[in-house]
Amino acid sequence: MNKETETRLKLYAVRMRKLILEGIYRAQSGHPGGSLSCTDILAYLYGEKMRVNPEKPEDPDRDHFVLSKGHCAPALYSALALRGFFAPDELDGLRSCGSMLQGHPCMSHIPGVDMSTGSLGQGIATAVGMAMAGKLDNKTYRVFSVLGDGELQEGEVWEASMAAAHYKLDNLTAFVDFNGLQIDGPNETVMGLGSIPDKFRAFGWHVIEIDGHSFPEIEAAVTEAEGVKGQPTMIIAHTHKGMGVSFMKDQAGWHGAAPNTEQYETAIAELNAVLSALEV
Amino acid sequence: MGKMATRESYGKALAEFGSDERIVVFDADLSKSTYTVTFKKVFPERHFNMGIAEGNMMSVAAGMATTGKICFASTFAIFAAERALEQVRNSIGYPHLNVKVCATHAGITVGEDGASHQCVEDLAIMRAIPGMTVVQPCDGASTRAAIKAAIDTYGPFYVRLGRLAVENVYGEYGDEIPFTIGKANLLRNGKDVTIIATGLMVQQSLAAAKILEAEGVTARVLDMHTIKPIDREAIVAASRETGAVVTAEEHNILGGLGGAVAEVLSEEAPCVLRRVGVRDLFGQSGKPQALIELYGLTPEDVAAAARSAVAAK
Repeated sequence: MNKETETRLKLYAVRMRKLILEGIYRAQSGHPGGSLSCTDILAYLYGEKMRVNPEKPEDPDRDHFVLSKGHCAPALYSALALRGFFAPDELDGLRSCGSMLQGHPCMSHIPGVDMSTGSLGQGIATAVGMAMAGKLDNKTYRVFSVLGDGELQEGEVWEASMAAAHYKLDNLTAFVDFNGLQIDGPNETVMGLGSIPDKFRAFGWHVIEIDGHSFPEIEAAVTEAEGVKGQPTMIIAHTHKGMGVSFMKDQAGWHGAAPNTEQYETAIAELNAVLSALEV
Repeated sequence: MGKMATRESYGKALAEFGSDERIVVFDADLSKSTYTVTFKKVFPERHFNMGIAEGNMMSVAAGMATTGKICFASTFAIFAAERALEQVRNSIGYPHLNVKVCATHAGITVGEDGASHQCVEDLAIMRAIPGMTVVQPCDGASTRAAIKAAIDTYGPFYVRLGRLAVENVYGEYGDEIPFTIGKANLLRNGKDVTIIATGLMVQQSLAAAKILEAEGVTARVLDMHTIKPIDREAIVAASRETGAVVTAEEHNILGGLGGAVAEVLSEEAPCVLRRVGVRDLFGQSGKPQALIELYGLTPEDVAAAARSAVAAK
């Protein structure tokens, strides 16, 4: 990845982070921690990788994306808005009556949302269905999905993983946003996950581990996945919950809490400083 | 008169209409029991076995339906409507996707497998999901018509099918019959009482009407093949024109056909109502006919309910 692309994606990501915080702050409700941890993955997908067209959001040949960790909807909404699917100021209505931006992604009303999600474990299974349809119809589109680490506690993830390997879905690339924290605390104290890479390997997936905040590493992994034949790929992305906001970083308490005015202003000031440095 | 289980007619209908390449069929290791194997024999490339993982099957079908496919997902009713309920609700119902959940082995006539496999709650459950169309055909010809309607009507469907071979009501499988989603079929007219039935209770109710006729009571019999949207007009007319209604279903009397009819009657045209069905009990192992007798689903039980309703007018 050249420096110019990396800088452009860093700008995309910091703008996403600002929109995420603005939306959650105005709503005084939402999930900032996990939204910020998967931001760089979504910035790469929507800012660089995915073949999608805001003028034709339902183009049957588009790349598909399912946010299996649906509670991180603000990350998806901000990525879509910056890609041109709708105006960024739609985030002002996040989670409020009359807004299309529901608390969890809703495909019926939001341009660019390929699947309604929110109930953990189901999103990855719907991505499997999209990938199977792609195989059936000889489409060249690819299907991407992002799961939470806590989400891996849902049995359906493993049912879906078994099916993805069984049907040799090499057109499916998924990420685990592995920030190590869930609502009640660290994964390992809530319900230990064991070795996530070993589990997916045992289920028949090609597994790659990366720093989920490094654009060159994200790109290299996605490119590697495209070359894998006969297997789906799981990219275990090591991330930090609350990434980009100093006081939210690695804090389970920011899983589902909105910042107050002082916290919001501090966070936006931090992000503006990053933005200014990148814009130079 | 011929006999065929509605599950068998379902498989035949899938195969008959399966040349439509939008149709994709999913099963969860029960394809010989649900008869989706009949489709698989003709269109193997569009039949997917998802293994013993019903919730996942529903979500996968939902994902595939987003690409424009008409997805059929089949397993036993107990697993379709209950184990996989939340997937049906959130991945299929909420996004209003074109998935037809076709659930076989509904009700107590599953027989020997017993209560764990005898689903008597599914109509109540599925009816409560916004936008879900709920259909229960009673024989081969009506199953074929219901599957055709499901293919031709966009949106989520729950189609309730049975294990037990049942007498034909409308003719042989393949006969064209009048069948409109949301419109009850009048099978027999009468002035004293209306029996509103669904599934195999249609046959029981027609037999009950003959018993009643011999006693000088004329019963109207409606095949309420669509539980949702329910045919309000036919229910109101039944109340106004016959003054007494009996519902008959192989399902808990709570929340299914009896509940749906009671809602319409109490809001629009109150009259005497009797509900025939499983009286808030789990099933048990036994021969289907023995269970029909034990749980009060015989023609005589329907006739008794009708007599009671007429007497209370």
